Amino acid sequence: MSSTTVAPPRWALKAEGLGRIYGVQGPESLDGTGPDFGTAVSPATGAVVAAWDIGFEVEPGEALGIIGESGSGKSTVMRCIAGDETATAGRIALRGVGHGAVNIRELDPPARRKLRLDQIAVVYQDPAAGLNLDVTAGGNIADPLTAAGWRSYQRIRDRAADLLRRVEVPLSRMDDLARTFSGGMRQRVQIARALANEPPVLLLDEPTTGLDASVAAGVLDLLRTLLEETGVAAVVVSHDFGVIDMLTRRVVVMRHGRIVESGLTDQLLEDPQHPYSQQLVAAARG
Amino acid sequence: MTAQLTTELAGPPPSPGIFDELSKREIRRAMLSGIAIPGYQVPFGSREMPVARGWGSGGLQATLSLVGEDSRLKVIDQGEDAGVNASNLRRLVAAHAGCTEETDTRSADIIQSRHRIPEQPLRDGQVLVLQVPGAEPLAGIVRDMDEQRRMHAEADYSKMWVRLYEDIVHNGLITEAAGYPVLVEGRYIMTPSPIPRWDVPKMNDSEAITVLSAGREKRIFAVPPHTRVVPLTFDDRPFEVERTPGAACRLCGSQDTYIVQEPGPDGTFSAWVCSDTDFCRRRRTGDAPAAPAAGGTAQGGTA
Repeated sequence: MSSTTVAPPRWALKAEGLGRIYGVQGPESLDGTGPDFGTAVSPATGAVVAAWDIGFEVEPGEALGIIGESGSGKSTVMRCIAGDETATAGRIALRGVGHGAVNIRELDPPARRKLRLDQIAVVYQDPAAGLNLDVTAGGNIADPLTAAGWRSYQRIRDRAADLLRRVEVPLSRMDDLARTFSGGMRQRVQIARALANEPPVLLLDEPTTGLDASVAAGVLDLLRTLLEETGVAAVVVSHDFGVIDMLTRRVVVMRHGRIVESGLTDQLLEDPQHPYSQQLVAAARG
Repeated sequence: MTAQLTTELAGPPPSPGIFDELSKREIRRAMLSGIAIPGYQVPFGSREMPVARGWGSGGLQATLSLVGEDSRLKVIDQGEDAGVNASNLRRLVAAHAGCTEETDTRSADIIQSRHRIPEQPLRDGQVLVLQVPGAEPLAGIVRDMDEQRRMHAEADYSKMWVRLYEDIVHNGLITEAAGYPVLVEGRYIMTPSPIPRWDVPKMNDSEAITVLSAGREKRIFAVPPHTRVVPLTFDDRPFEVERTPGAACRLCGSQDTYIVQEPGPDGTFSAWVCSDTDFCRRRRTGDAPAAPAAGGTAQGGTA
């Protein structure tokens, strides 16, 4: 079974037993929380078990959806993977880091931040979280490029123009401050920036929430094309089954910090098993 | 016994004047830390000086910590030994430490300056003390000081590169003039004191020690001899120094030194003169080297 030369895993991202507790970190905080008890707040310690025992794998070219209502813990899971916060327990592995043998949760903060250069990119719901609005669209893309060691002005310009073309931002706006962009355009710039160093893992946190319906449809269309073209392993966090349906093949449903159901997106939409999933689907159909 | 130890720890008896020996010792320790980690800003307990913070108090403390009775001290303001600030600082230190006042760059042991590095190439054994008004090169980029320190610690300088990128986008070139950001020994980004671009290449592979001291910000940093100091620029945007084609010093005729415009009797700026008065004087008497220090020539500045 065990061999010394480990073959690289098929998955690009794997989470196992991932958990995040705010407050008392011990196991005593777990009792009485979760969907069976209808709360994420520990009756014993008052700690919030935002996520517990979360596990999934995502292969290159595949998109996994995480769906759930506000407060279900889906964004916490994403932030723990992104490194924006540190998980309490569990294992997060990337194929690009030691062939998946390294638990990146245990890396020190500087090493963790370095992963954001070329291993993991994040698109946030609020473009202001992922962009510097006082810098031009091109400058926002130059940031990850220079961090990765690009030192030719012309090559940075060419690469930024290429990325903006792919996200359908007119090149005439490349040298305008991101602040002057509309919400949908900012989101497109954020996507371009996220793709700058061709990361193998892309995390999308409610990428179209806050955009009006027609703009959201355009951004979704773009994301679907990009996910197909780039072969990136994507995790899409959303409360909207429409988004999950359009972008992902597999989905996990979260409630009160736990996964209550997982499966193929189209099957889950057709035939949800867990009562909460049924509620969600019914709401989406309504 | 304890009394004897205490006496030993206290160091030499306090000398009358403006600066006590223990403070000098602390500042020398900060300088040594700075020399050990080129370009790293070492915090130090900046003392009150008889000059206002921001008027050379950092450079003054560094100089006072370095001079001895047998030192020869040169102080320049812009390139000039005779400026009011330069003269007063030089007299102040000489009165306190009993050192000798010097204007010839070649003979000086310690050279304190703010805006210039002398044209005369510095030699082994000399210390150039630069007064730094703004020590933090990232200050205009991120406001949070903890974040600035994290960026230095992790050599996370992409925001500095974005700023240079944006400068070219908006202005067609990198407009940073004085205190041009440099990368020291491939590790720390540092801002020199407000020296012109012309002087920046002189810091690279210098024979002398450069000590940069900011009294208001309470930071000391240093560039030891033979250290790589590289101005930040993109590969396809060569670093350029100031140059006015055809202009030459009115007094010595130099075209290869840093020259500044001089107001004529009617108040208009028409003539050019050397900024480094010591070098200009020696050029006129044939007592200066044919080529000044590396500024302007080494990095291939173009007109």
